[in-house]
Amino acid sequence: MARVKLLRIAHARSGDKGDTANVGLIALKPEYYPVLVKEVTAERVQEHFTGICFGRVERFELPNLGALNFLLHESLDGGGTLSLKADAQGKTYSAALLRMEIDIPDELLSKDPVHG
Amino acid sequence: MIRIANGQGFWGDSLEAPLEQIRRGPIDYLTLDYLAEVTMSILQKQKSRDPRTGYARDFVDMIARGAPDIASRGIKIVANAGGVNPEACREAVAKALNRHGIKIGVVAGDDILQRLEDLTSRGVELKNLDTGEPLSTILPRVQSANVYFGGEPIAFTLAQGAQIVITGRTTDTGLVLGPMMYEFGWKDDDWDRLAAGTVAGHTVECGAQCTGGNCQVDWRSIPDLADIGYPIIEAEPDGTFVITKHEGTGGRVSVASIKEQLLYEMGDPHTYITPDCIADFTTIHLEPAGENRVRFSGIHGRPATDMYKVSISYSAGFKATGMLMYSWPDAYAKARAADQILRARLDRLGLRFDSIHTEFGGANACHGPLAGEPPRDIAEIMLRVGVRSPDRAQVERFTKEIAPLALNGPPTVTGLGSGRPKVEEIVAYWPALLPKSEAWPEISVEES
Repeated sequence: MARVKLLRIAHARSGDKGDTANVGLIALKPEYYPVLVKEVTAERVQEHFTGICFGRVERFELPNLGALNFLLHESLDGGGTLSLKADAQGKTYSAALLRMEIDIPDELLSKDPVHG
Repeated sequence: MIRIANGQGFWGDSLEAPLEQIRRGPIDYLTLDYLAEVTMSILQKQKSRDPRTGYARDFVDMIARGAPDIASRGIKIVANAGGVNPEACREAVAKALNRHGIKIGVVAGDDILQRLEDLTSRGVELKNLDTGEPLSTILPRVQSANVYFGGEPIAFTLAQGAQIVITGRTTDTGLVLGPMMYEFGWKDDDWDRLAAGTVAGHTVECGAQCTGGNCQVDWRSIPDLADIGYPIIEAEPDGTFVITKHEGTGGRVSVASIKEQLLYEMGDPHTYITPDCIADFTTIHLEPAGENRVRFSGIHGRPATDMYKVSISYSAGFKATGMLMYSWPDAYAKARAADQILRARLDRLGLRFDSIHTEFGGANACHGPLAGEPPRDIAEIMLRVGVRSPDRAQVERFTKEIAPLALNGPPTVTGLGSGRPKVEEIVAYWPALLPKSEAWPEISVEES
């Protein structure tokens, strides 16, 4: 097993709906998707976003895209125009999720970093 | 096959993109999204001062510049540029075209601001979708209220011969689905095809965000972002389509760039609700189809609900944000000290806010506690403090406590160039549902 940041095996995009941020997490290779499903649970994401997300976290699976979608409730200081945050729409939360460290079998890890 | 281009991803997007879409290759339709949730209240205020305004002026300027191509090539244009005054927008567009024979259609009827009292008095609660509160709690503070119509009224307007369709509040996806329904004769209960058109609309609704803009995968290698191409849908009657961009433009259309956009602002991917249908994003099949081309197929949909979504904006107090830049050495420690001093002074003045929020740009403004401590020798830190209150005077007083810190706080601070922070009125967003039987699209087509 190797311990890696999600940045190594996934990419992501985030956006907002009111005070809820969404983070879509996408496997960089099909063989990484089952690892994401197993490791990146709603509970772990909730813990990871301690101090940012004050509500619950929901997770949805999109096996067709090799992706997971997370909803982080109460994460944007009220959201939209109410928010006092520089990132009022959670645009950078995608990268914040990619900071998370997970375990992955050594043989699955690609030699070349995809993120240049 | 028809080519549907997007040339505008939001109010404030590139002024050149729509013209590039027209000029740099073949397209049949140009779709443009000009409205954000807060835009409607700004436009409503403009209209109350001058009844000839209240629509997206950028759209009229674009039409004026693109008129020769639009007329000679018969490109059809669908835009939600009408804001809260689509009729005034039509008049301005007709003038900008400066030629006769082009039919301009308008989809109105979405503006229910004047009907709110009546609706709530009849027991239509318009409860906040997030909090469950009834609209009556904020009714006196409402500034705009608009129903989101879908693609069907646009298809109907095109069927009446309109070359340019101007709408008020319309779903972003409807701008793309409408032309497909019209061109291919899709029925309003052909759920799979309606879902396919909806997915196509979602993919292109944020402009270049699906063609390599804001794309994380291998971002350094994405060619020529300075000349990034905006998206084009090559749509087929069976509901399959390819996303691409004009040849010779920058950016990149790849399965990765498309997947990122598909997940943008996504809720439950099984249940993407629009006025036209419910699209299931877990049924989308993607495959590469040549350079800068991605093919979509397999999309399933379910019947539409009997509700429209309504976007209501209301006045929700005031806010202001002040910024100061602290340099090395001890930049982070200085910025933190300044924040404490500022808060102590606000306390001493007896000011009370609903929220005071501090961020340290360069250290943790984006990722908060996840970013960890910045390095001790960090070159500089931007202190950013914001406050929010229902009382304008308290926020106003706060804005006068930032600048003094340059002389009476921690050392080596700058960045006051633009003076005192401005007090902003907060116009908040109230999402609600309205039975479809309570609102009707009003369609008219006139020759310019």
